[in-house]
Amino acid sequence: MVEDVIRVDGLGKVFEVPVRDPGLAAAAKSLGKRRRREVTAVGAVSFSIAAGEVVGFLGPNGAGKTTTLKMLSGLLHPSHGDCRVLGFQPWRRERDYLQRITLVMGNRNQLQWDLPALDSFQLTRAIYRLPERPFLAQRDELIELLDLGPLVDKPVRNLSLGERMKAEIANSLLHRPKVLFLDEPTLGLDVTMQRRIRSFLADYNQRHGASVMLTTHYMADVEALCERVIVIHHGAILFDGPLRDLAERFASHKTLVVTLDEPADLSAFGQVMEQTGARTTLRIERSRTAVVTAQLLSEHDVRDLTVEDPPIDDVIELAFASGAVEQ
Amino acid sequence: MSDLAVAGEVDRLGEREGRVRSMVRLYATLARVSMMEQFQYRAANYFYMVGMVIEPVIYLVVWSTIARQQGGSVDGYTAGTFAAYYIVWTLVRNMNIVFTPFGWEERIREGQLSAQLVRPIHPIHYDLGSFAGWKVVVILLWIPIAAVLTLVFEPELDPTVAQIATFAVAIWGAYLIRSLLLWMLGMITFWTTRVTAIFEVYFALELLLSGRLLPIGLMPGWVQDLANYLPFESTFGFPITSLVGPITNRELVEGLLRQAAWIAIGAIGVNLMWRRGVKAYTAVNG
Repeated sequence: MVEDVIRVDGLGKVFEVPVRDPGLAAAAKSLGKRRRREVTAVGAVSFSIAAGEVVGFLGPNGAGKTTTLKMLSGLLHPSHGDCRVLGFQPWRRERDYLQRITLVMGNRNQLQWDLPALDSFQLTRAIYRLPERPFLAQRDELIELLDLGPLVDKPVRNLSLGERMKAEIANSLLHRPKVLFLDEPTLGLDVTMQRRIRSFLADYNQRHGASVMLTTHYMADVEALCERVIVIHHGAILFDGPLRDLAERFASHKTLVVTLDEPADLSAFGQVMEQTGARTTLRIERSRTAVVTAQLLSEHDVRDLTVEDPPIDDVIELAFASGAVEQ
Repeated sequence: MSDLAVAGEVDRLGEREGRVRSMVRLYATLARVSMMEQFQYRAANYFYMVGMVIEPVIYLVVWSTIARQQGGSVDGYTAGTFAAYYIVWTLVRNMNIVFTPFGWEERIREGQLSAQLVRPIHPIHYDLGSFAGWKVVVILLWIPIAAVLTLVFEPELDPTVAQIATFAVAIWGAYLIRSLLLWMLGMITFWTTRVTAIFEVYFALELLLSGRLLPIGLMPGWVQDLANYLPFESTFGFPITSLVGPITNRELVEGLLRQAAWIAIGAIGVNLMWRRGVKAYTAVNG
């Protein structure tokens, strides 16, 4: 039986935020007594993640994803509940714990801006007290896997966003963490770079058996990496299970964008969502995708055709709309 | 600890090294990284230092003029000793530059502190190591500036070996004390961001009671007594006087012991505030 590396039990976070009505009078009034309101960022979530598992942690903005990741990585002290990661209580931030995890946030960086990434790697080596030989082996492996060879000796400020993210990821994995918390690691990257990082993460997970908790807004990230997803909304878990169940249960349709030589009425093939000249966007049942595509190609002069899953946010919205509460 | 965590012991690569050795390597790396960064901005650093020389030159001109008008000296300070005092001042002032309390708000707002908190070292080491590296660059850049000031103002400086040795230690002691004190000051930001007024009061007191504005020996007796119980002089007046004099060997030792005491107090203070501050921070910010 595979042991759980993350066990979360009724974990929650409630913030106290100051509130004030607009206007000068309210501002003056707030000088005396300040009103505060409690905001529940995360209600009471429970789940567990096994060693080597890659789990997508999904939800719209403000759902409580990042707050949960921050509690699990030791950055936030929970208001209630408990959790153990690798047997540690994260918010105690013991050295032995921090030595075994990493938190990558797409919008924050650890690399020295003015220096080549190789210098930052040396600093990371000193921080994590890594002996030279294993450090060099891990560094070279990461450079190879992420195709960083031509980039690591350039000052970080001269790298593109995607190149910088790759170097950030390499830097955050030099100490070979057992648990990876990844908060939007592909945020703002172009499709090629997203794909590169996805394949790297899958490869890294295979090689080292690390457990990964990933938040993302890109369905492609989730599809490429996560067999299991946890959907959170308003601080509560709505769904926890295999990805295919989520997509099949809530995203029963696909989007088909077809461009013909001449404009035509395609309503017989599915629900027409949009039509601009010869370009039509159709919503079709997932199970009919192959049949409809074949029919279109045989009956019309098709110049271009793409089949897409709805965006992850749409799938999640469908989940909310259906009121499917797992727990 | 779970079985997994125990199994992970195999990967604890740093265990073979002693803690002290690891810290030395960490500081050496931080300092090296900082030096590499600062050398990239050597021109900016030079202009910065040249700008900083303006303040002591003003003091120097004022006090030299007063000394000449009073028949050559003010309470034993001649134009030459004033020149020595304020030329050494320029180096001590640069050694005194540490992470500013004003930077804490940005550090929290921009998420830099969170990034540091998920790594297994106390964030103060980043500042101490990085600024120490910058000091090495500063000392190198300071030498030609000091040479020019020496040619222009002709300082009277005749230190003993003991004085030179004490000075070499005292400037780093000053650096440590001021780093710890300003860290404590900056950490107030954990509880409230409207702390600029507190910072300003601190810097005004420091200006008067440290020996930065004028040598403490020229202050009224009660100010000198007060300064004895505060840390400011250990960060400014003492390192300068240890080289410029007049000072006895006993006073040199006493000054170093006072610095050691302030370092201990600062370290304890930082530790206590940090524990409470991080608790407050992880309760709301993260």
